[in-house]
Amino acid sequence: MHRLGSAPVPEPWSDDHLRGALGAPVVVQYADFECPFCAALHERLSGRRVQVLYRHFPVRSSHPRAWAAACASEAAASQGRFWEMHDLLYADQARLEDPHLWRRAQDLGLDLERFDHERRSDEVRARVRRDFESGVRAGVVTTPTLFALNRGEAQRVDTKTLDGLVP
Amino acid sequence: MISAGALAPEFTLKRGDGSDFTERDFDGQTTVLVFYPFAFSSVCTDQLNLYQEVLDELRARGATMYGVSCDASYSQTAFREQLGVTIEQLSDFEPKGEACRAFGVYHPGGFPQRALAIIGPDRVVKWTYQAPSPGDLPGVNLIFDALGE
Repeated sequence: MHRLGSAPVPEPWSDDHLRGALGAPVVVQYADFECPFCAALHERLSGRRVQVLYRHFPVRSSHPRAWAAACASEAAASQGRFWEMHDLLYADQARLEDPHLWRRAQDLGLDLERFDHERRSDEVRARVRRDFESGVRAGVVTTPTLFALNRGEAQRVDTKTLDGLVP
Repeated sequence: MISAGALAPEFTLKRGDGSDFTERDFDGQTTVLVFYPFAFSSVCTDQLNLYQEVLDELRARGATMYGVSCDASYSQTAFREQLGVTIEQLSDFEPKGEACRAFGVYHPGGFPQRALAIIGPDRVVKWTYQAPSPGDLPGVNLIFDALGE
């Protein structure tokens, strides 16, 4: 039985997805690939001096395609291409059905058979669910939700005040 | 809002099939009541969608969740079906808000406060929470805290 009671935002796991300039502020982002506000935030953070740590928070009845997209990104991650898939998913949220996911995997030069097997695997589902549950425990209720990570302490950041942290 | 430790009040809500849901339905199970202001409103939509994601974990802890609002059963059913959630809905439509008043969560604006209550199988209220405002969505972690994690 998974624990879902309150807990702080976990410190980075070894298989978390983190990118950005070393030494830049770290922002933990709970998001999903079908969420338009997440796509807008992705645009807003592009080119900023920030390290983004991306965690999945797909809520199926809100965004029915978000779970499959999250699993696709993790299948791409197992071939070393998470961020490329992440960017391609946010670039066109109108196309998130299976053929569109295969097309992106093909464009990235992924092993398609492996990609398709892994995105449906228990391991990938558990990986996405782990992120989701960590968000639930931290009190995340919607996407995107941001936390600034500083010396192991996570502090929630309002998107309106993000500019103060990430100029 | 009614306090933890109190015996659940007498009340009658309507299930989607028109049958009654009363305090007697608390017997023998742990019940989570989710009082929400309005079907189809944005925060209520987010709330039910999010809570739906953890229903299996709630069931694993022996808890059953119900949504409660003053909307008519037909509206609640349409809301639930549009979202694709399975959380059973209970209507406090007529006499409007009577059950919400009994739990102390009737907003003067004519709708339920956004509030949560856990009632034990002995009809004793185990835990309650009222959001600071109807626009605030309580994290579902609070429910799991209250269930004893």
